[in-house]
Amino acid sequence: MSEQQAYIDSPWLDPDAEPFIKVRGITKKFGAFTAVNNVDLDIYRGELFCLLGGSGCGKSTLLRMLAGFEQPTSGSFSIDGVEMANVPAYERPTNMMFQSYALFPHMTVEKNVGYGLKQSGVPKSEIEDRVNDILKLVELQDFKKRKPHQLSGGQSQRVALARALVKEPKVLLLDEPLGALDKRLREQTQFELMNIQEKVGITFIVVTHDQEEAMTLSTRIAVMDAGQFSQIGTPTEIYEFPESRFVADFIGSTNIFEGRVAEESGDHVTVDTEAGPVLIDHGMSVQNGARVFIALRPEKIQLTKEPPVAAGPNQAKGVVEDIGYLGDVSIYRVRLDNGTLVDVTAPNLVRPKNRTHKITWEEDVYLSWSASSPILLTK
Amino acid sequence: MTDTMRDSPVPEVDKALENPPLGARISRKIQSSWKSVVVFLPYSWLLIFFLLPFVIVAKISVAEALIASPPFSSLLEWTDEGILTIRVVIDNFLYIFQDDLYVTTYLNSIKISSISTLLCLLIGYPIAYGIVRSPPTTKNMLLFMIILPFWTSFLLRVYAWMGLLADQGTINNLLIDLGVIETPIRMLYSEFAVYVGIVYTYLPFMILPLYANMEKLDNTLNEAAADLGAKPTSIFFTVTLPLTMPGIVAGGLLVFIPATGEFVIPDLLGGGNVLMIGRLLYNEFHANHDWPVAAAVAIALLVLLVAPMMLYQHYQAKEAEAR
Repeated sequence: MSEQQAYIDSPWLDPDAEPFIKVRGITKKFGAFTAVNNVDLDIYRGELFCLLGGSGCGKSTLLRMLAGFEQPTSGSFSIDGVEMANVPAYERPTNMMFQSYALFPHMTVEKNVGYGLKQSGVPKSEIEDRVNDILKLVELQDFKKRKPHQLSGGQSQRVALARALVKEPKVLLLDEPLGALDKRLREQTQFELMNIQEKVGITFIVVTHDQEEAMTLSTRIAVMDAGQFSQIGTPTEIYEFPESRFVADFIGSTNIFEGRVAEESGDHVTVDTEAGPVLIDHGMSVQNGARVFIALRPEKIQLTKEPPVAAGPNQAKGVVEDIGYLGDVSIYRVRLDNGTLVDVTAPNLVRPKNRTHKITWEEDVYLSWSASSPILLTK
Repeated sequence: MTDTMRDSPVPEVDKALENPPLGARISRKIQSSWKSVVVFLPYSWLLIFFLLPFVIVAKISVAEALIASPPFSSLLEWTDEGILTIRVVIDNFLYIFQDDLYVTTYLNSIKISSISTLLCLLIGYPIAYGIVRSPPTTKNMLLFMIILPFWTSFLLRVYAWMGLLADQGTINNLLIDLGVIETPIRMLYSEFAVYVGIVYTYLPFMILPLYANMEKLDNTLNEAAADLGAKPTSIFFTVTLPLTMPGIVAGGLLVFIPATGEFVIPDLLGGGNVLMIGRLLYNEFHANHDWPVAAAVAIALLVLLVAPMMLYQHYQAKEAEAR
């Protein structure tokens, strides 16, 4: 892939690219409570950007400030080069899809979707055409005359999306867009949402607490905690290279061991942990003797009944305490000899019946992992 | 036993259903009888305290006035030949619809109660909206203050208005003392006083249903409208007003219906100058002792008010459907 191509796909890597949305030092306080604490953020045109975090982390407040429903206590932000501080909600180039959908209960689907165009004084015939087009896009052309209470959850969700898209905003803000749908519909809708975003080419900012949703949808994710960004990066970066224990723990599941740096050289680090010595081959500047944390994903650990060939770092011995069968994978909870619990997942490649080396409860097992798998965390 | 039950592939289950344990049978019986009690209570209440008196009034309205006790002819009568006859006199209705006094009074009543309802709406809507939008502690305080006047006798409050509005009353005296006017403004015993009285008395009946309706409004709908480019005034007319319509209708009827038949306020504050149907009714009963005409006036009033009540029903049903 050429450098130019890489920049088109990932504009955040291009040092010359101008961000579409610039957030600078935004703070929002509700009384004594600081919901958003001095955050900076750049979002580029055409991104599908996720604000991910638990409830009360400030992600929705940030979104509501972008929409103009809340005024920042301090800081500023601009969209497409225009400062937004003094622009009221009804004049912003953003449209929002609400978590509750907020469909007008007294209007038909058609009226709901056309509401924004009517408010902007678009001629009647054009409203009709654009409403028809957008309803076709979300496959609801047969539901024009229905009222919101006659729609299912998935249909309401698509009406809300159509209503927010029809004005062709510069930025579409989505507050937990799939939160009210059941799991199956949610997975299906995730891909629909991505397709629609690709078709219309509008910049999406999605607020979600569901890390799976964020991983599937986004070009980049900002993980939020206590009003600040813990980390901003692509789904792969966030998952494979978390920068803090919070991010490692929040995204997917992970084993975290506390330890001390035993040996530090240019290309590798050895850390003494509760799970024995851990050798990491991707360098990070830490000092000898420093207190650090090791994050190790359960699926990156190998589980065997045979002892390893040679003694060394990155291996441990323990007893299987619990097994969780999830169908595609099984989770083994292994208690090491020193009492530390380690989660290991292993794919169920063959049916349990046919497995010869089946691992069961109370069995001695050996864990091992490669030197590229552990992640060294200092915070 | 029905055929379908006999043909059922699992007869044991049928048997079990047919002969449940005694305890279950008793509890089921209690349950079903409790259900009928629950339904029966409101019906019997309406039957005894609404339908029955109404039938009596309707009966009187088609009778003839007599100087006797009771002062009207009876509906069923034995003729000299021993035949049971029903005497229905519609003269009373013809009379009230032909006499200008009654027609004018009806129209005047409707005019006064319509304008009062509109005034209550114009004053009550912003108040209800303000209460809904205030913080929870203030909200309870404000609601309490809306209900507070009910703790004083209605009659007493009307008398208080007489004291305020009279020629030598508080308001005139104050204005004269301030030098705004030299001679008292005539307020008491005028239509103005009746409006003041009705609006003052019935305002809570407008505010409370409006409040109940607005309390349910979802503020995100306003945000959604603003987000889609609607300015505040536009949001009010396209979202808030249509969604508060059930509250407006409920409050409007709660003011309009009793205000139309109001007697005390026009009598005390309007004096002889304001004609309203309630006063006319009172006069027929007490001054003229013409019970049949009075009953006809009452029935005509009721028929007049059934139309807005049906409108109310319609909106209630519509609102229930929307939920």
